[in-house]
Amino acid sequence: MPSRVEFREDRCKGCLLCTEVCPTGIIQQSSRFNQKGYKVTEIAPDRMNECKGCAFCAMMCPDYAINVFTTKQAKGGRK
Amino acid sequence: MTQEIRVTNYPEVLTDRPTHYCPGCHHGTAHRLVAEAITDLGLVDNTILIGSIGCSVFIYNYLTLDAIESPHGRAPAVATGVKRARPDKIVFTYQGDGDLASIGMAEIMHCANRGENITTIFVNNTVYGMTGGQMAPTTLVGQKTTTCPGGRCRENEGMPIRMTEIIASLGGVAFAERVAVNNVKNIMKAKKAVAKAFEYQTKEIGFSFVEILATCPTNWRMTPLQANKRIETEMIPYFPLGNYKDVLAKEEK
Repeated sequence: MPSRVEFREDRCKGCLLCTEVCPTGIIQQSSRFNQKGYKVTEIAPDRMNECKGCAFCAMMCPDYAINVFTTKQAKGGRK
Repeated sequence: MTQEIRVTNYPEVLTDRPTHYCPGCHHGTAHRLVAEAITDLGLVDNTILIGSIGCSVFIYNYLTLDAIESPHGRAPAVATGVKRARPDKIVFTYQGDGDLASIGMAEIMHCANRGENITTIFVNNTVYGMTGGQMAPTTLVGQKTTTCPGGRCRENEGMPIRMTEIIASLGGVAFAERVAVNNVKNIMKAKKAVAKAFEYQTKEIGFSFVEILATCPTNWRMTPLQANKRIETEMIPYFPLGNYKDVLAKEEK
């Protein structure tokens, strides 16, 4: 199932705790700075389709900067 | 037909504003666990928060609860007063290790011993965070802080205090557990422990205590990832995780 991760870049403090817990390892530090001067994290280019939607990154994020969305099949399948 | 659903549901009691904590600080995670526990138990409108002094002093900005800010270390004493005046309310304190284990040692010990029906969330990061990284009673042997620049020395400063074990040995305590939030597995366990601590308060069976091992990357002079690893390699061996007292579990056996 395709899942989607959204980073709230204004909240991210660049601690990189999310990069460590991601089981697929698709989160990385970007070269962009946010308003506070932290280098924000992002999903590596073209690897968003590997996201399983486990939301470990959101659970680990101390700044509530990550939102995870997943698509639900109408009948059966995993949620 | 597919429909996009949101996996992450942050509780409403958690305000939507940026925290003042340093990058990688576990206070944010601890706040979320408390917010989730209160929301899941349906206690949001009925809870009074007693803040303490330390980095968590601004917790009233992050949780939309009625709050009282207490003097340094005196949160359990203030909570006692609040709970006795309003026994129908859920009262909890949120304290750090400099606040609870050093300055407020007398208050927490007697509050726990009296079995006041309150919940204490104790965030242990082995250092006085807000005031600039001074040595706390929980500072590990060999850890460098601004007041022990050569590392804590057993001969001079003694051994770090294990608060959960001490609290668990007191008579009025219903629940005492030590948890960590350094990885997903520990966060899940911590969530259950915090929820249980609040649940025991609703059952009115005594004092409930949860110690959360947390990082302080700034004052440990580490990157957030190194600090997160230090929890596993240095803190958990000295501060073993687990449940130290559970009154109801004993009855079940």
